[in-house]
Amino acid sequence: MLLLHCPYCGPRWEQEFQCRGEAHIARPEPAAEASDATWAAYLYLRSNPKGLHYERWQHTHGCRRWFNVLRSTLTHEIVAIYRPGEPKPELKR
Amino acid sequence: MSSQPFRLATGGRIDRQRALCFRFDGQVYWGHPGDTLASALLANGVRLVGRSFKYHRPRGILAAGVEEPNALVRLGEGARAEPNTRATQVELFDGLVAESQNRWPSLAFDAGQAGDLLSALLPVGFYYKTFMRPKGWWERYERLIRQAAGMGRAPQGADPDRYAKMHAHCDVLVVGAGPAGIAAALAAGQRGARVVLADEQAELGGGLLAAASLIDGQSAGDWLALALATLRAMDQVRLLPRTTAFGYYDHNFLGLVERVSDHLAAPPAHLPRHRLWKLRARQVVLATGALERPLVFADNDRPGVMLAGAAATYATRYGVRSGKRAVLFTNNSEAYGAAIALADAGVQLTAIVDAREDVRDDWAARARERGIRLLAGQAVVAVEGRRQVAGVRAMRLGPGADQVTGLPARLECDLLMMSGGYSPTLHLYAQSGGRLVWDPLRACQLPGEARQAVHVAGAARGSLELAQALVEGTAAGAQAAAECGFAGALPEAPQAEPAPAAASLRPLWLVPLSQSSGGKRFVDLQNDVTAADLMLATREGYRAIEHVKRYTTAGLGTDQGKTGNINTLAIVAQKLSADIAGLGHTTYRPPYTPVSFAALAGQDRAPLHEPVRRTGMQGWHEERGAEFEPVGQWRRPHHYPRPGESMHEAVARECLAVRQAVGVVDASTLGKIDIQGPDSPKVLNWVYTNAWDRLPIGRCRYGLMLNEEGMVFDDGVTARLDQHHFHMTTTSGGASTVMNWLEEWLQTEWLNWRVRFTSVTEQWAVAAIAGPSSRALLKDLAENLDLSDEALPFMGVSEGRVAGLPARVFRIGYTGAQSYEINVAASHGMALWLALLAAGEKYGITPFGTEAMHVLRAEVGFIAVGHETDGTVTPDDLGLARLCKTSQDFLGRRGLARPALRAERKQLVGLLTDHPKTVLPMGGQVIDRAELRPPHPSLGHVTSSYWSAHLGRSIALALIKGGRARQGERVWVTNDGGLAPATIAPARFLAPAEAAR
Repeated sequence: MLLLHCPYCGPRWEQEFQCRGEAHIARPEPAAEASDATWAAYLYLRSNPKGLHYERWQHTHGCRRWFNVLRSTLTHEIVAIYRPGEPKPELKR
Repeated sequence: MSSQPFRLATGGRIDRQRALCFRFDGQVYWGHPGDTLASALLANGVRLVGRSFKYHRPRGILAAGVEEPNALVRLGEGARAEPNTRATQVELFDGLVAESQNRWPSLAFDAGQAGDLLSALLPVGFYYKTFMRPKGWWERYERLIRQAAGMGRAPQGADPDRYAKMHAHCDVLVVGAGPAGIAAALAAGQRGARVVLADEQAELGGGLLAAASLIDGQSAGDWLALALATLRAMDQVRLLPRTTAFGYYDHNFLGLVERVSDHLAAPPAHLPRHRLWKLRARQVVLATGALERPLVFADNDRPGVMLAGAAATYATRYGVRSGKRAVLFTNNSEAYGAAIALADAGVQLTAIVDAREDVRDDWAARARERGIRLLAGQAVVAVEGRRQVAGVRAMRLGPGADQVTGLPARLECDLLMMSGGYSPTLHLYAQSGGRLVWDPLRACQLPGEARQAVHVAGAARGSLELAQALVEGTAAGAQAAAECGFAGALPEAPQAEPAPAAASLRPLWLVPLSQSSGGKRFVDLQNDVTAADLMLATREGYRAIEHVKRYTTAGLGTDQGKTGNINTLAIVAQKLSADIAGLGHTTYRPPYTPVSFAALAGQDRAPLHEPVRRTGMQGWHEERGAEFEPVGQWRRPHHYPRPGESMHEAVARECLAVRQAVGVVDASTLGKIDIQGPDSPKVLNWVYTNAWDRLPIGRCRYGLMLNEEGMVFDDGVTARLDQHHFHMTTTSGGASTVMNWLEEWLQTEWLNWRVRFTSVTEQWAVAAIAGPSSRALLKDLAENLDLSDEALPFMGVSEGRVAGLPARVFRIGYTGAQSYEINVAASHGMALWLALLAAGEKYGITPFGTEAMHVLRAEVGFIAVGHETDGTVTPDDLGLARLCKTSQDFLGRRGLARPALRAERKQLVGLLTDHPKTVLPMGGQVIDRAELRPPHPSLGHVTSSYWSAHLGRSIALALIKGGRARQGERVWVTNDGGLAPATIAPARFLAPAEAAR
């Protein structure tokens, strides 16, 4: 049961949120010119890492806002939380 | 009061002044406040308390706490009965009723013990071996096996009790109120941290409740009382007795269950039975203690074979002798303390059988002082007596502990205490993600690297000595508080007298069988798993401990191997000649002990399980006796039966009313989203397949929504109320999906668009009137509302008053009849509904439900999302390609051009059965031949199918491969075990009324 810091509401427990999958999946534009492979990748290919994962969450049972989370899929450590449009935090090596 | 023959005259924490009457297997016994069911049974000389799971062997009480694998009883009666309750953890109360399990016809004579004799037929993995043939017979075997094996019976009837939930936060959660836990809570509390101290027992104190040592110059009991008083006096400290921390989840979130009133003979009505605590702790201190391990020797499961520490606990805490003459079989020195405690309580100690050679430490000296005979370098190889230990035999243990030699010595006893060492209770630690490391010296797992904010203190990290536990607890509590920001002077640890010096233990995982004895050596008593089973598994090739666990069932069941897991691990490692450390360990999963479903559900059950959404007219539907169907969280009227009317008759009547006169349906459940802002048309252009820029104000348009794969997921009509203001409707079940879809794009991709979405589903009540008389009816009730075709054409929207209520009227419909959807404020819903019914009487107005609505829409070929679509259907499949704009992009457009969609697709068509009265089953498979001869390549399936009273025949919609080009072809549809012939037809059986085109 994660404790997530909604950038708008503060720390709330996981049940108020929904995980909305990997973040930073850009829609190929113009879509009509995207190759089949490009479109398939946009639809289906996800990084699914063991470790740090950029993902989108929505505070469904709260402010209903979407935001981004950098989370370890291994330890559930939350490394960063940032709003859509804000730059993706770089991973320190 | 009948006598309690095994009760000591003095000592213990029981109240001898009061007697409690209880029944076990119908027999009346007496005990005292402070007793557990187990201690009271032992006091009464009841040794046989259950039958084992697989072999139905007689079993007695093994332990004094949570780890008890044998004494599982059915507690209580009727709907309150609870199976598999550990008698060692049941507080005795007056009138308690308990029953043994797994026995037939009686505990003393059990017909199933034949299973013991037939055990050759029940080898490990017998599920996978013995009963696989002949094919199809498993169902027969299963019934017999389930009857013979098993763990108790579930209660009948609904649970009459109430269960509560509590959400809480604290700085420091201390789990376990033994010496380390109390010291930790004191230290953290003194620093000012908000502390929760939870312990599964009724009395806080853990090992202190049976300890004889001095702490800070006081007796352990006096020190405990003072410490608890100190804790109680701290406002920010909460003590939770009878509370098991059963799960340690992410980010220091723990689940605890508090047994609030299980121990009360007559619980007051205001108390819940259990309370589930969902606790988030900034820091956790695990002072969870250690569990003593049994030794594995022949017939180590006989009633009267008991963990040494348990026998000591019964003597010192409960004032009960677990036998008259005892033998201790041990591989460590700490267990000597138990033998000495029993000797001091007046039990005759026949001998101590110690696996170690030549023990010369303080403990051995103390035993010798009491004149106890010491058999060093020996092991118990046989237990006499079936239902009760009658004596044991010991032999010399070879140097490798792989054989026993010499002549057996017979030792007279009725109690065999055993101790194979101690396993720190690290279930919660492992659940938290902490690593466990094998310590070969102490022969146990110890906490390794932690993953969460957790500290481990006392016996849980292998520190068995009281003095050390107090020091570690104080340090852990102080540190946990400091990490929450509560600094200050380091609290002084309570001082306990040092423990006697102890020689190290000799690992003895499996006592060799003597040539004469034989017998089963049990590793997991609850699941009847023996050392032979483990060896067989390794011979059959099992290597991974997780596989061995599942194959042999060692460590399964309600106790999850609390006493057996380490022995299992060690024996498997021995057989594989592997390092125990290298074998790892099985995964510790919550819950630590079983938690009732009722506690987890709390009050979220029956109507509170999921909220029911009600429309403004719901009360009328209920009063009218409508049959309801769930649609999302709504309960929509399915049909309104008149007295004596069948469902089919009601639906037919409702349908005909719409086609011939006028019907009214509660359409309030349709999803409604208010869209405002200059970028609204842009949003609609993206989320719908068709174009929205040129939609005039006051007009509506139908739209399909696709996901990015190109599949239809919702549809609905959206109206333009103003230049920058739209009213979108969605399906009843899809409203939240659509709202989320819009928000997702707006918030994550269209960041700067000037548009806002507001869900207004519950702000509007909607009554839709449909049928040739709908306009006349509306005219009677309308004010400031021009209903002419010019002012309010088909697919138009107007505002005015209906029945005096401010209303928004859409001339749209789903039935193909002329219809109007009248939207009023939700609070006006019932007034509108009643006004329509009253004014409609002269037109023959008929309320209709969702079933009639579906028949009517299917007659005119309108799709229903969820019937004609299932997430794999495109607009073209539905014959709606014309709704897809070609000029610009929209969500899902590129998805439609995927190669996977270029093959022949299933297309929406109508089906007319040869026999007009045959109504095809929805979901029926369509094939191209008249006989059932597998394999049948499927052409498609029926998506909607109804009896049309208006047409006097059945109608069906189906998705069929290349269907549009197969008009007129004959197909066959699976129907009630056979096939129904039908002909492919256009997906529209009736043209919509002139006024609804």
